Amino acid sequence: MSLSTQTLKSQLQALSSKSVSSVELVQEQITRAKALNADNNAFISFNADGAIEQAKQADQARADGSTQPLLGAPIAHKDLFCTQGQVTTCGSKILQNFVAPYNATVVENLTQAGAISIGKTNMDEFAMGSSNENSAFGAVKNPWDLDRVPGGSSGGSAAAVAAGMVAAATATDTGGSIRQPAAFTGTSGIKPTYGRCSRYGMIAYASSLDQAGPIAQTAEDLAIMLGAMASHDPKDSTSATEGTEDFTRDLGRSVEGLRIGLPRQFFTEQLDDAVASTTHQALAELEKRGAVLVDIDLANIDLSLPAYYVIAPAEASANLSRFDGVRFGYRCENPKDLNDLYERSRSEGFGEEVKRRILVGTYALSASFFDAYYVKAQQIRRLIKNDFVAAFEQVDLIAGPTTPTPAFKLGEKTDDPSDMYLQDVYTISANLAGIPGLSIPAGQVAGMPVGLQLLGNYFDEARMLGVAHQFQQITDWHSRRPEVSL
Amino acid sequence: MMWETVIGLEIHTQLATESKIFSGSSTEFGQSPNTQANAVDLGLPGILPVPNQKAFEYAAMFGMAIGATINQRSTFDRKNYFYPDLPKGYQTTQLFHPIVEHGQVEIRIDDTVRTIGVTRAHLEEDAGKSLHEDFDGMTGIDLNRAGTPLIEIVSEPDMRSAKEAVAYLKKIHAIVRYLGICDGNMAEGSFRCDANVSVRIKGTEAFGNRVEVKNINSFKFVEKAINHEVERQIERIEDGGTVVQETRLYDPDRDETRSMRSKEEANDYRYFPCPDLLPVELSDEFLAQVRERLPELPEAKAKRLIEQFGITDYDAAVVTSDRALAEYFERAAEHSGSGKLAANWVLGAVSQWLNDSDSNIEACPVSAERLGDLIQRISDDTLNSKGAKAVWEAMLTSDASVDELIESLGLKQVTDTGAIEAVVEQVMADNAGQVEAYRAAEPDKQGKMVGFFVGQVMKASGGKANPQAVNQILRSKLGG
Repeated sequence: MSLSTQTLKSQLQALSSKSVSSVELVQEQITRAKALNADNNAFISFNADGAIEQAKQADQARADGSTQPLLGAPIAHKDLFCTQGQVTTCGSKILQNFVAPYNATVVENLTQAGAISIGKTNMDEFAMGSSNENSAFGAVKNPWDLDRVPGGSSGGSAAAVAAGMVAAATATDTGGSIRQPAAFTGTSGIKPTYGRCSRYGMIAYASSLDQAGPIAQTAEDLAIMLGAMASHDPKDSTSATEGTEDFTRDLGRSVEGLRIGLPRQFFTEQLDDAVASTTHQALAELEKRGAVLVDIDLANIDLSLPAYYVIAPAEASANLSRFDGVRFGYRCENPKDLNDLYERSRSEGFGEEVKRRILVGTYALSASFFDAYYVKAQQIRRLIKNDFVAAFEQVDLIAGPTTPTPAFKLGEKTDDPSDMYLQDVYTISANLAGIPGLSIPAGQVAGMPVGLQLLGNYFDEARMLGVAHQFQQITDWHSRRPEVSL
Repeated sequence: MMWETVIGLEIHTQLATESKIFSGSSTEFGQSPNTQANAVDLGLPGILPVPNQKAFEYAAMFGMAIGATINQRSTFDRKNYFYPDLPKGYQTTQLFHPIVEHGQVEIRIDDTVRTIGVTRAHLEEDAGKSLHEDFDGMTGIDLNRAGTPLIEIVSEPDMRSAKEAVAYLKKIHAIVRYLGICDGNMAEGSFRCDANVSVRIKGTEAFGNRVEVKNINSFKFVEKAINHEVERQIERIEDGGTVVQETRLYDPDRDETRSMRSKEEANDYRYFPCPDLLPVELSDEFLAQVRERLPELPEAKAKRLIEQFGITDYDAAVVTSDRALAEYFERAAEHSGSGKLAANWVLGAVSQWLNDSDSNIEACPVSAERLGDLIQRISDDTLNSKGAKAVWEAMLTSDASVDELIESLGLKQVTDTGAIEAVVEQVMADNAGQVEAYRAAEPDKQGKMVGFFVGQVMKASGGKANPQAVNQILRSKLGG
């Protein structure tokens, strides 16, 4: 089996034992990724020359005795992480030529750890979407079935990992944008505690919800990646002082006696029957190993979706005001006056979903509706957070489905935004509460992957990754890869 | 009909921090456009604000100086509007939980002291500047100012005349200058003021519709703009119209205000808490440290100067209206050993020079110590007041010492009684007729008549004779 389709862990071992050079691995990875990209469109841009150059330096560094944890390993960045000197589009026409003069802290941290970015992955424009059909650079297709969506907004990163274009990629999750695409593509993804990874250089969608995390094949790879990505960053006031830690430390820990809460509100009629039984089978595997399953209530969880679709668009409406055609990014041709410059630059530069959310957010913040929408949504957010805090006094982890259904067909939901929004019904509450959540492959329904979601207490990522790893020791769903033709 | 004016002021005070409120860029004034704007100030994608602690310290100092509540937990909000010199499309400010609330200052007009409430003082970032003049058909944007920390000081509608508004503005100006938290330079925009003006019939409770007057950036314009606006409102109502709630711009060249936008056209700023910034938490220790470092404030200083130097309440109030002027006075008073004379000179010749040169005391060519030297020479009778004035004038353009100038100008006062007696006798001999008349006059008329002889003697001595000595000798000789 080609090294390019193997786990990050395997690739690092091969690099460290010098059975392969970084130049060889990076070259192989780029060749494969470029070939597959014609079909699945997972990448917006490649950094071939730069990556090979960095690989040469990594090989030299290894010869000089460097022990950086990710030295020479090829990865990819979601195209909303600013990368110095390379185009960062955020999936939008409005930023199609934007070159940031700085690296995002997450990019910087991974570079410091020795990782090499081979390119930038596709995404829903400004991370708004659950199918990756909202990209100005074309939809991403699910490597398991090219007629189906890979999920979103980090669909490019998920598809890239699923197709073995890269072993691990960065992603972001505002309402499920790591976990839902991971579930749809049979990959593993973790959204850490809010503040665990710096948001500096990550183009903002909804600042109080956005959080960076990795997508990879296994929980172990997630632990390796997250260890390098997380940090306390003085450049981000909301960055947590906890910083990083050894997220691999609980990988060998048994699930014996682990109390897993199953929210009744996650197992209702809106959950696809086949997905429900797959989820129960996966949980039964953990139960067999000694975990204790406990039914719990998250009383206000049903209000997550409406609260999210007030708070996220409200923050987005302000965050996206800077894209005005004045200082950078897309500017319309021959503006008549200032208002014309604003109106046309933004109308022509933003896609439909982005405009919809800016309008919703602007409405929710307007003086007459602020109390009825924004203030109310924040109250709900506090109630949801309190529900989780209370639940984690009873249980160690919360588990359930990542999504209500497996990956749907391209175009299936594009005419019905609110049906599309239901995709995030199980993932959104973790963002509102700021708790960590991950998704790992739990089985398949009609040949398409299904995800198991684990939600943990604040800063409890290591324990969650340990449980996920234990699950991946007793199942092989994570190592099943789609058939792709080169 | 008796009208009453109601005025509230909003003062934007640029804090004299070295770097901006959310970025490390310099705040220095007058640099080439956009050389002090980094990625944060440009609002580039992905960039986040990092608060400057110094701005919290300065805001707390101001709060303490006006006896206000310092909120130990305050929060930042976003005020949303589009304008090219507002890079992010929102201004980061404090609407819901400002850092300072419920303060007050005292103002004095003639002998009346009034208390003006300060509703709040909140932290915010300044916008950049749009330059419309130098670009044909285009607008230039300079973001050097973008992100400069401000406190916006909002008063209660407690002022009842333009004079009071100016007194309040000057008081706030003095306080921020004393604290050293703002350079107070109105010409450079470091200290800016908008006025909310309304009128009502005296004795009524309800406020009239208020007009916000913008662009009044000197003490002089504040008074003129408010007076003009008050007249406009009264005329309008007396003509049977109503005052429209709106924002008006003051045009100093034409001395009038004109409408900028009405209430209906006003922006909905869609304020909401800024998710990029944590609440500002000020610990007891932090506040205690700030309090310890507070300098002496105008009222305390005035009180001390009255006690220490025996000057009048009025003199103390004027002298302490500006921290630098007060320090100048204090040094001159200490150096000369005469507080009263020092106050006279600071309020007289020094203030005259400040007015004439439209400058500040730091730029005065006569240092406090040199003024002290001059006052010493008055106290020890080397100079009479006329001579002192001449020396002062010379000091403004010369670095020579006071004694050198007295020497070179030949202004040393003649106190030698023998020399004065000789001059007096000469004057009496030259004016025998007047001497006759004096001696024949009633005693109560003589007082006036002696002035003629004093003038003649002073003239004959080249202005150098000591006036007291001349008087004394004249009276005894004329009486003889």
